[in-house]
Amino acid sequence: MARAAAVADCVQAVLGSRASANRVFELLELLGGEDEEDAACAARACGRLFGALLQRGELLAGPLPAEEACLAGSGSAEDKYKAWMRHRYQECVAGLAELMGHGSFRLKELALCTLMRFVELEAKHPLVAAEPQGSRTFPRERLKVVVDGLLPINEDASLLISRFQEYMEYDDVRYFVIKAVTGSIAQVMQKTKERPLPFYQQNVFSLISPINMPNKESDMVKFLAHKQAFEKMWLSFLKHKLPAGLYKKVLVIMHDSILPYMNEPTLMIDFLTVAYGIGGAISLLALNGLFILIHQHNLEYPDFYKKLYSLLDPSIYHVKYRARFFHLTDLFLSSSHLPAYLVAAFIKRLSRLALTAPPEALLMIIPFICNLFRRHPACSVLVHRPNGPAGMSEDPYIMEEEQPSQSRALESSLWEIQTLQNHYHPDVAKAAAVLNHSLSEIEDDLSGLLELSAYELFDKEVKKKAIDVPLEFEQVRGLFGKKNDIFAEHFTLD
Amino acid sequence: MGKAAKRKRKVSVPSTAKGPVKSAMAMVKSNPFEVKVNRQKFNILGRKTKNDVGLPGVSRSKAIKKRTQTLLKEYKEREKTNVFKDKRFGEYNTKISPEEKMIRRFTLERQKNYGKKNIYNLNEDEELTHYGQSLAEIEKMNDIIDSDSDTEERGTLSAELTAAHFGGGGGLLRKKASSGQQDEEEEKPKSRKELIEEMITKSKQEKQERQTQRESALELTEKLDNDWKEIQTLIARKTPKSEKKDKEVEKPKPDEYDMIVRELGFEMKAKPSERMKTEEELAKEEQARLQKLEADRLRRMHGLDEQANKKKPSHVSADDLADGFILDKDDRRLLSYKNGKINIENEEEEEKDGEDEEEEAEEGGKEDNGNEEESQEESASEDEDVAADSHSDLESNVESEEEETAGNKEQNKHKTNENESQSVEELDRKMEAAKSELPYTFAVPESYETFKSLLAGRTIEQQLIILDRIQKCNHPSLAVGNKAKLEKLFGFLLEYIGELATLDLPELRTIDKLVLPLYNLCQMFPEAASDSIKFILRDAAHDMEELIEVKGRATLPGLDMLIYLKITSLLFPTSDFMHPVVTPAFMYMSQLLTKCRITTLQDVIKGLFICCLFLEYVSLSKRFVPELINFLLGVLHISLPKKRAQGYTVVHPFSPVGKNLELLLVCDKKDLESWQKQNLPLSIVTRLKETSRTEMNHIRLSCLALCFDLIKKCAALYESLPSFHEIMHPVRVLLTQHVPVNEYPEKMQEWYHSALKELENKVKQYTPLISEKKKPVPLKQYTPKIVKVLEFGRKQGGSKKEQERKQLIQRHKRELKGAIREIRKDNQFLARMQLSEIMERDSARKRKVKELLGSLSAQEGEWKAMKRKRGKN
Repeated sequence: MARAAAVADCVQAVLGSRASANRVFELLELLGGEDEEDAACAARACGRLFGALLQRGELLAGPLPAEEACLAGSGSAEDKYKAWMRHRYQECVAGLAELMGHGSFRLKELALCTLMRFVELEAKHPLVAAEPQGSRTFPRERLKVVVDGLLPINEDASLLISRFQEYMEYDDVRYFVIKAVTGSIAQVMQKTKERPLPFYQQNVFSLISPINMPNKESDMVKFLAHKQAFEKMWLSFLKHKLPAGLYKKVLVIMHDSILPYMNEPTLMIDFLTVAYGIGGAISLLALNGLFILIHQHNLEYPDFYKKLYSLLDPSIYHVKYRARFFHLTDLFLSSSHLPAYLVAAFIKRLSRLALTAPPEALLMIIPFICNLFRRHPACSVLVHRPNGPAGMSEDPYIMEEEQPSQSRALESSLWEIQTLQNHYHPDVAKAAAVLNHSLSEIEDDLSGLLELSAYELFDKEVKKKAIDVPLEFEQVRGLFGKKNDIFAEHFTLD
Repeated sequence: MGKAAKRKRKVSVPSTAKGPVKSAMAMVKSNPFEVKVNRQKFNILGRKTKNDVGLPGVSRSKAIKKRTQTLLKEYKEREKTNVFKDKRFGEYNTKISPEEKMIRRFTLERQKNYGKKNIYNLNEDEELTHYGQSLAEIEKMNDIIDSDSDTEERGTLSAELTAAHFGGGGGLLRKKASSGQQDEEEEKPKSRKELIEEMITKSKQEKQERQTQRESALELTEKLDNDWKEIQTLIARKTPKSEKKDKEVEKPKPDEYDMIVRELGFEMKAKPSERMKTEEELAKEEQARLQKLEADRLRRMHGLDEQANKKKPSHVSADDLADGFILDKDDRRLLSYKNGKINIENEEEEEKDGEDEEEEAEEGGKEDNGNEEESQEESASEDEDVAADSHSDLESNVESEEEETAGNKEQNKHKTNENESQSVEELDRKMEAAKSELPYTFAVPESYETFKSLLAGRTIEQQLIILDRIQKCNHPSLAVGNKAKLEKLFGFLLEYIGELATLDLPELRTIDKLVLPLYNLCQMFPEAASDSIKFILRDAAHDMEELIEVKGRATLPGLDMLIYLKITSLLFPTSDFMHPVVTPAFMYMSQLLTKCRITTLQDVIKGLFICCLFLEYVSLSKRFVPELINFLLGVLHISLPKKRAQGYTVVHPFSPVGKNLELLLVCDKKDLESWQKQNLPLSIVTRLKETSRTEMNHIRLSCLALCFDLIKKCAALYESLPSFHEIMHPVRVLLTQHVPVNEYPEKMQEWYHSALKELENKVKQYTPLISEKKKPVPLKQYTPKIVKVLEFGRKQGGSKKEQERKQLIQRHKRELKGAIREIRKDNQFLARMQLSEIMERDSARKRKVKELLGSLSAQEGEWKAMKRKRGKN
């Protein structure tokens, strides 16, 4: 407390008379000190002090000469004082920037807020000479200090970054942050020479991913410049190799918070095609961005369906992004101009993979396949082949074949769906039995099924009102007492 | 149509003077030349038709008017770029009522004019208006009757009006007259109204009179009746003799002899009670019962609708009164005694049976109290008798006997595990001993705590006796609230079992015994039992879901849930196509196998336990469980040394690369050699007490053996599935290409080979699918199709969705037709207009030409006349 009072006294003194200006050093000393409490106190005091000084215009504006030169030079005492004070201000900013790398979050936050306050005040009372157009100058240097503080190379600063997000609401701050981030990426990544920096990249991502670009041109004066800066930032971020987790995160937000705000979305082609080629979940996710480019920006992707076909592996029914993937696949296969062999290959592969799928995925994929049959009646030989060769010893379909045209899917039949008619889940069995009969003409609505989760399914089943409950009639003889009990063979009740 | 509707509205708003239009309409309607009657072919009761009368002329003129207002305007302005803007306030705003609109417009106008007003012209008063009409105007034509205010009495003048204007000839005058000049009025000839009034009063009077008459008559008859009753006894004495005799026969004087005769006659004869059934008959009955139950089970397994079976129309006799009364059995209860008690209810019979059985068993126990060997044999033979029908059961018994002779320890196990009757005997013997200590009656515990305290510290046998007595003392037939109480007991018992299973040292033997009373309770109260098990399942699933949401992954549940799932399979038929308890249990187990991480050996054991559960659940119905195969594949995968998985893919929770790899890998040669197949004790699941490496490795190998066995069982089970080979393909690849068979001990190799054999010796047979034939569309017939009409104007048949679709299609068609008609008429109208324009233009031109020619000829004539004149001159 005593310390706080002393600091307050110090601020009063400095603000009160220029004679006691030297007491600023006390503050700066505290700011660089070890003690956390003191540093916090000093940071707050510095904020107050230099804020007031900025407002009063007691800091030298314009280009700043070196300290000695300025003190030795022949200016008025007023100028000298101002220049001297400006140097102290500079020191204070440096001290605060250091504090942003401090261990405790409270101090970091305090330093961040103080710096942002300086940014705000400097924008009102510029320290650099105003640009000739008469437009307001923005303290880029200050903001760059903040951004550098927000993006440490070897620790996760997501908490601080989320605190910073409130400033990103302002158009000018956002614009200059974007610029600063672009510069920072170029600077940092150049140093490391293509070695991924997981923490740094994670920090950059958490800083730039929530950027909310304004939607309408009318919202902002320089909309185009803003867009271009945004685009440049992302491109420079994605130019470098990303860790796998970050890759996924970028792809997840790609379609709704990056692509729409880019000036030239086609510039993402390289990134997306590379991601699509990686395979696994990353490919699934890249599909969405790629779709937008194909759909809205006339991207030609050779062998698109072949690639899509090769994406189908047993994991598609188990991954988190199942709904998104099947939504897109449904879109891609909705054209009625696709050749029958292609659709048949897709049907056959999807149903083959369905043999390992959980029930919630099955409930989605069976209507999906039914829809494919409805759109492409030529494929119906898969479920109805009246004069086919009886007693084949192999399924003609070749699962390992990568070319849909070579897979001989049209010569096969959908035995997989027939198998699923024996599935333990009653709804799945019923859904699979639909293909026994000729299909109705109306397509099934998939939207509700895509997001189906196992728990929802369970909940629905449990909440059903039972009319009567059939009972086991075989008298029990103990826990493992059934005849031919598997448990009795392998477990004991010890 | 939509456009047309809009137009209609636009037209109708400005027309304020409704009266004249209405009257004109009425005139038109009454004009037979204007009306077209749409003749209906059939008169249908209850159907409202809108269009039975049409006014073609009116509608045509309306349409033309509308078109001239809109279409023609558009047509005329077709090449004009300047647009007329209607800036009148709120002209197109339908939300503002006309009055308000007027007021606002008025104020606006006033505001506009306010500044511009000529300040020197003091006399310039603004015009006073009423409803937008100048008051001066109204004053001028003062005779207009506001047609809006009194449309009903249009044409006639109201009484007040006439009274005010002409002094009134009617009511007012009459009132005065009635007070003063009554005499005069009597002499006056009666008016029509008065006559009618008189008539009404007369009829009312008559009515009242009649009522009073009827009342008095009623009273009189009542009185007469009473009197008659009083004297009736006197008359009865004097009835003729014949009648008297009859009466005496009907009501005989109680005579002792007669009484005895009657009593003897009516006394229940020593009726032959139902004959004791012979052994064979009993067995047959049992067999029939089991067969029926099995048939039921099969039907449910195939998911055939029970309701459909039930609701088959039964044969209706011609004499059926259709009152829904069916005498399905003679429910007049015969008083009968059984075991010294009155046999009260049918419900109890089941219970009694159980008791009888027990008693029998007890007797048996008493008989062969000393000789245990004999008793075993007898129990076995009893079993044989009971289950003579099912061959497999027999076999199992034989097997068990064999095993008994094989090993002493083994024998003990089987005694407790499988030989139920024997355990019952043992139990009974101990019961005798215990009976001396335990009280005979128990109240059903109200809370779980009391229930627990009741069972705490007792031996298994005592606990069983207590449960048994609770059930007997509180049988639902004995008191009203007992049912609810016993239902609660089921929940308590379940909870108790769960608690026993979660103990540090799970008391599985106790649970093993407690399953019996659980089963009995479940048979008594299926609904309550299913509810409590569902509740447990829901809780567990909910917990897991929360875990997944919070942590992103879940862990396999404790032993209690595994035991609950096992119990579910004991209490309910797991082969049903859909079952209120078993289906959720399936879902839950599926989630366990797909969502939960496998990180420890215990997890593997739990997972394998769930696999066993799955197999048991589907053992009869042979339903396909993808999760099961996936999991077994994963387990095999983690038993292999780390390398790239080739030819097969493992799915969640296993992954080709990850932490849980090599969880089941055993490299130690010594351990491999010293391994003996052992049954896994379930207590491992809660804690792994064997910490030595060798023990761990042995457990691992046992798990692997179990996995092989499960694969074998799966293969046997799914043999009939059409894509059996595709399902088993990854497993086969893994077994043949990746598993290091040669390193395994011999026993393990046996397991391995038997599994592989089961997989390989299945024939590959694919027959192309043929979908079921469509029902041929029946030919159209002339006999009318009779459809029950539930609601008029709505198409019947089809599901709700289908109906909606049909409706939409219908509406679309109607709209399309209407729009086409409208467009056609628009075009016709336009063509007419164009034609008339052209005609007008032509005629104007002709006229002009004529005029010009005329003037020219006149000029010519004049000129000629001049010429002539000049010539003459």
